[in-house]
Amino acid sequence: MKNNEIRDLIQHNIKNKSHFSDKAMPLFFLTMALISVLTTFGIVYTLVVDAFKFFANVPLSEVFSTRLQPLSANPSFGILPLLNGTILTTIIAMIVAVPVGMAAAIYLSQFASKKLRKMLKPILEILAGIPTIVYGFFAYSVVTPILMTLIPSLEPKNVLSPGLVMGIMIIPMVASLSEDAMNAVPSIMKDGATGLGSTKLETTFKVVIPAAISGIMSSIVLAISRAIGETMIVTIASGSSKRFTFDITQSMQTMTSYIVEFTSGDAGSGTVGYYSLYAVGLILFIFTLTMNLIAQYITKKYGERY
Amino acid sequence: MKDNNMDIVYDVKGLNLWYGDNQALKDINMKIEKNKITAIIGPSGCGKSTFVKTLNRMIENVDGVRTSGEILYYGDDIFTNKLKVEELRTRVGMVFQKPNPFPKSIYENVVYGPKIHGIKDKKLLMKITEESLRGAALWDEVKDRLNENAYSLSGGQQQRLCIARSMAVNPEVILMDEPTSALDPVATMKIEELMEDLKKDYTVVIVTHNMQQAARISDKTAFFLNGELIEFDVTSKIFGTPKDQRTEDYITGRFG
Amino acid sequence: MKETRFNIDENRIKRRIMLNNRVRDLFSVVIVLVMAILLVLLYRIGKDSIGWLDLQFLTSNLSIFPEKAGIKGAIIGSLYMMLVVIPITLILGVATAIYLEEYANDGKVQRFIKINISNLASVPSVIFGLLGLTFFSRMLNLGSSILAGGLTMSLLVLPIVVVAAQEALKAVPSFLREASYGMGADKWTTIWRVILPVALPGILTGAILAMSRAIGETAPLVALGIPTLLMRIPNSLMDNFTVLPIQIYYWTLDSVLTREYTFLAAATIVVLLVTLFILNSIAIVIRNKFQKTF
Repeated sequence: MKNNEIRDLIQHNIKNKSHFSDKAMPLFFLTMALISVLTTFGIVYTLVVDAFKFFANVPLSEVFSTRLQPLSANPSFGILPLLNGTILTTIIAMIVAVPVGMAAAIYLSQFASKKLRKMLKPILEILAGIPTIVYGFFAYSVVTPILMTLIPSLEPKNVLSPGLVMGIMIIPMVASLSEDAMNAVPSIMKDGATGLGSTKLETTFKVVIPAAISGIMSSIVLAISRAIGETMIVTIASGSSKRFTFDITQSMQTMTSYIVEFTSGDAGSGTVGYYSLYAVGLILFIFTLTMNLIAQYITKKYGERY
Repeated sequence: MKDNNMDIVYDVKGLNLWYGDNQALKDINMKIEKNKITAIIGPSGCGKSTFVKTLNRMIENVDGVRTSGEILYYGDDIFTNKLKVEELRTRVGMVFQKPNPFPKSIYENVVYGPKIHGIKDKKLLMKITEESLRGAALWDEVKDRLNENAYSLSGGQQQRLCIARSMAVNPEVILMDEPTSALDPVATMKIEELMEDLKKDYTVVIVTHNMQQAARISDKTAFFLNGELIEFDVTSKIFGTPKDQRTEDYITGRFG
Repeated sequence: MKETRFNIDENRIKRRIMLNNRVRDLFSVVIVLVMAILLVLLYRIGKDSIGWLDLQFLTSNLSIFPEKAGIKGAIIGSLYMMLVVIPITLILGVATAIYLEEYANDGKVQRFIKINISNLASVPSVIFGLLGLTFFSRMLNLGSSILAGGLTMSLLVLPIVVVAAQEALKAVPSFLREASYGMGADKWTTIWRVILPVALPGILTGAILAMSRAIGETAPLVALGIPTLLMRIPNSLMDNFTVLPIQIYYWTLDSVLTREYTFLAAATIVVLLVTLFILNSIAIVIRNKFQKTF
């Protein structure tokens, strides 16, 4: 069934084919891909330029003071109250998220039956998919009132409640990343231990966790980064008092909620108060970026090679 | 300098091929004749698959491949720009080891080649579909279900669909890289029967690790070993009175 | 009657097994606790929204009287914002993934873009708000319009689409590429006609996940200065707008002053969660239905 008409037609079309799309498309795709790079540069540029204006106007001794009064007639821009609020909420969140997340990860990867795992995993996914604003509502309207009955001195806005709720929010992240790390431990290693008569618990703590430690560590570092950058929960539930205190029953402000307060407020463009936003943003950015680089470094450097 | 002998489709001259530092083909010289079935046999890793993939430059999709030497296709070196790779591949179709239809309808699979090469006329496309499917002995089985997904077909039917797909652009040569290795005996037999018909219109080069298959269907057989072409002759001679001891050892089953 | 070569203390073994079981039980209690917290959260939100979540609530404008207030404006605002986010993230995300998976050959540019995207994914969302504030709101003078919010949100969820599309492209079996190249197709034809259709379900799943992230995200929009009280319904991309999470934010904050606002916030949360649940279900259905087994 030779059909030379088709042969000739195809030959003709190939000879006259424009190679435009094959040349232009890679360029188009590269351009699109570079937009994400541009976004990063945009972020760094935005933060650095305006943060610079801030640091040019405010002496470092003031920056590292505990007095933060951006809107007073005699303004002062001490960052320590914000750092303090951020660190306290993060510590409380980690006290909840790390043990609970790890327990969940160990249970899911070592003890739970396949069927049970299949049922439990979606619950973690649901927790992970709830928007942070909902957790914010939960912290402010549900958890704080409950805590107030237990701790009468608790202020309506405080650090404790958002810290706890942030911990709950981060549980799925710690659990699923650590579980992945533990599941990646080859069963031969586990069989070696169980074959010698170890219980599951002993195998978990003596073989699995040491082998998966880099994955677990990096999940914790990423969780810290997430807690530092979390915004809505703390904005709603811990308020905006710019106090420097270690009393977690009181209201404090984090770096993130400072940004929210001042962008939605009236800090006019060009004032030191306006630039302070970007200074705080830059510090926040450096914090989270460093955490991520550390997490990447841990996985790369100490990543298990089985 | 055109080769005047139009019965020679491929003239391979001093072909070498490397994957990185590994030499996979060593100084291959071989002439492939028109309207014949040429079988390529040899143990796995001998370079037979690499060789057939070089004939339509598919091997270039592998990272780090280098070649030297010439492959003349009707007198034109396929490695120069005289022959565009797109044109080469429409003139030299390929059927792969595992049936690989697109997850589209049977019809869309057949007309894929004609469509991407600019044929839009619906009537012509339908005509091509029927002719190609008839050519691959699949028409009667699928004529009422051309819009069904190709993956609803059996493995053997899928492979014949792939043959039909390669025939749709009206090639001169069809390269087959172990086309029956993933099929059951019945499906294999159907494809072998088909080969006899294909010969009338096409030049066929088939890689196979099944020596009986080579003996049954091919006119000429080439034996590859460790990247070298050991012996290339009329099939009956290769399997009857091989000249090289290594060929004899292989076809009598002493290794491989 | 024991002939063991080692001195095995049976009590010790019993203790070890008991410890194993105790800890296992402790861990399962922890998981039950987490589930209980989730249930309390859902229960409280559900309970608070009863009597408030009705058709009137969905179809009314904002009002200073809680009984008359509704979230029509926020729903329309959220939809409008998706009108910006979906096309932009799909085009940017898929194109980036195609570049990384199909065109880039393991070079420095590729590695740089990949590292950049994974770092971008971990930048706190409020920082994206600062970026949007500077570039879109002030430099391009888009103010707190839908366009400014949508562009900011697009950049925020871009990494989700890129990573999902990369996975989807990677999952396309190489024999389909071979088949297409074997027919003399060029790269772009192969991508357009063979690879993208096969990868489409995976890409759509990723796009839906990105959408649900964008619908629930609050901080970057607050940073853009989305107005607190908005009585007008937007009708163009340049209009000011509000979205469901912002509505929740302000009602929660102001519940100190007006007790009923808590219930309005809860009712809005129900709407938001149901939306997200539907979106995720669609993603799961797409993933299961179109998952081709080659």
